[in-house]
Amino acid sequence: MTAFILRRSSQSIIVLFIMSLLVFSGVNLVGDPVEMLINPEADQAEVERVIKELGLDKPITEQYWYFLMNAFKGDLGTSFIFGEPALKLIVQRMPATIELALFSLFISLIFAIPLGIYAGLKPESKISKTIMAGSILGFSMPTFWVGILFIMFFAVYLGWLPSTGRGEIGSFLGVKSSLFTLDGLSHIFLPALNLALFKLSSVIRLTRAGTREIIHQDYIKFARAKGVAESRVINVHLLKNILIPIVTIIGLEFGSLIAFSTVTETVFAWPGMGKLIIDSIYNLDRPVIVAYLMIIVIFFVFLNLLVDILYTLLDPRVRIQGSN
Amino acid sequence: MLNTDSNSKNINVFMYKFWSDFSESKVAVISLLILIAIVLIAIFAPLISLSDPYDLSKVSIMDSRLPPMAKNFAGDIFILGTDGAGRDMLSAIFYGLRVSLGVGVMSAIFALIIGTIFGISAAFFGGKYETFIMRIVDIQLSFPSILMALIILAAFGKGIEKTIIALVLVQWAYYARTARAAALVERSKEYVEAAQCLALGNKKIMFNHILPNCMPSLIVVGTLQTAHAISLEATLSFLGLGLPITEPSLGLLIGNGFQYMHTGDFWISIFPGVALLITIVSINLVGDQLRDMYNPRLKK
Repeated sequence: MTAFILRRSSQSIIVLFIMSLLVFSGVNLVGDPVEMLINPEADQAEVERVIKELGLDKPITEQYWYFLMNAFKGDLGTSFIFGEPALKLIVQRMPATIELALFSLFISLIFAIPLGIYAGLKPESKISKTIMAGSILGFSMPTFWVGILFIMFFAVYLGWLPSTGRGEIGSFLGVKSSLFTLDGLSHIFLPALNLALFKLSSVIRLTRAGTREIIHQDYIKFARAKGVAESRVINVHLLKNILIPIVTIIGLEFGSLIAFSTVTETVFAWPGMGKLIIDSIYNLDRPVIVAYLMIIVIFFVFLNLLVDILYTLLDPRVRIQGSN
Repeated sequence: MLNTDSNSKNINVFMYKFWSDFSESKVAVISLLILIAIVLIAIFAPLISLSDPYDLSKVSIMDSRLPPMAKNFAGDIFILGTDGAGRDMLSAIFYGLRVSLGVGVMSAIFALIIGTIFGISAAFFGGKYETFIMRIVDIQLSFPSILMALIILAAFGKGIEKTIIALVLVQWAYYARTARAAALVERSKEYVEAAQCLALGNKKIMFNHILPNCMPSLIVVGTLQTAHAISLEATLSFLGLGLPITEPSLGLLIGNGFQYMHTGDFWISIFPGVALLITIVSINLVGDQLRDMYNPRLKK
């Protein structure tokens, strides 16, 4: 187990290294680094000063070394627009995004797993067919358009829920979040539901597919033949086994929730890092773009590592393979 | 002569078998019909539109933001209303379908070709080459497609060919994975061994012998990925990062309507969205049926 985690971690570090190389070359080779990293309004003397300061007059390998060293020190450049360190801007907005992603993950799981199991157990029933048809619809609807529909219906037409911003932020055990105030909850509900909808459909489909495959396995038949209560068959024998693919997908889906939050945050003007990156792309605020990419790469690499480790905890077969 | 005869007979038998399997699901048949209608609308958009929405001489700002079924001074009826610049929404949607479908299908085809070449050659040659290609595929697939597309467009800037490049770079990995998985199964079969004994070239074995047998799974992935490409392009264009204003896809039309959202002019962004939804749903339903047809585990 320890050997597996160690080997998997070293692989992650290699991936991280490769991705940093890609982001670096994306910024420094594809585009003009001077144009990319220096304020376009700067005069010639300023440009030369910054070129020296950034080490752009040095060979490319040395530049990459500088980039890595600065990144390790947490220095990813200063935003043109805000005049603050790019990293700080992103870290400030991170809690809002994570809170939104977690809440919508929560919404999608508590609905999707029961619905998926039901649809898998009774594939021919009318309710199951409705669930599946609904999931295809949810799967196909573009997130941003559903967000617009939500705003039009719940915020403009009915006037029940606010459509922009994060609302009042409460504090509980030192954690600050919109989830702890009523006003905050009313603000987070629409964007979270919007973000959850896509995941809801994919988790339903995955749960149903898993249920349909596992329900015909010998150990389920054996458990039933042995006279184990049906509720135990479903809650223990079935659920444990469908959880393996679901945990993998939840880990990866959480990452994609963070990625898709760029869209939802833009529609609902949610002040998270997704909206920040879109605004930065508009404003050509390159240091922020680079910083966001680096942070998201690190985030994803660790998320994948975490999923793999969880996977071995849930499925002994992987563990045995991994230790060989 | 004889050969072509038996070939066309084979194709007929294949088509018959295909259609009898496909038409098992009524939903899929209806979706296919809707899809054909959408493709025809996209192709013949200039002929069936009320007016060219991008011909400035025909568009009047006086007609802006008219509700559905409204008439203007000249007596033209706007079935789905008009947008902020006075364009007929229905015509704008027809033209938008053209752009959206064009970009989606084009990027799906390029991604299919690139992904298939890498996937099949990885399975065929194996060894370090395969490990290298599949590592790249794995790393790429661990990042969500929207994020990859954002990264690429942030570096390259917006534009129609840049959007297609971004979509291809995002999607080739899906095809590569599918092609490799299918080709790995085929590679160990006797006909490949036979072809190798005949000393046929590697290229010939890969693309004339293995590829045709990988086509079913590639077509399934291709169908579903086309829907994905269309949806992704719409999202990027909505965010203002995909297509330029001169190539108004459905995503851009929805984005245009977004600014009138709080005024209650719902039709400007709702109707293009409905068109987008119908397109994506019908492609997905057709793709679902194809997948069920070629999934051996669901065969009775």
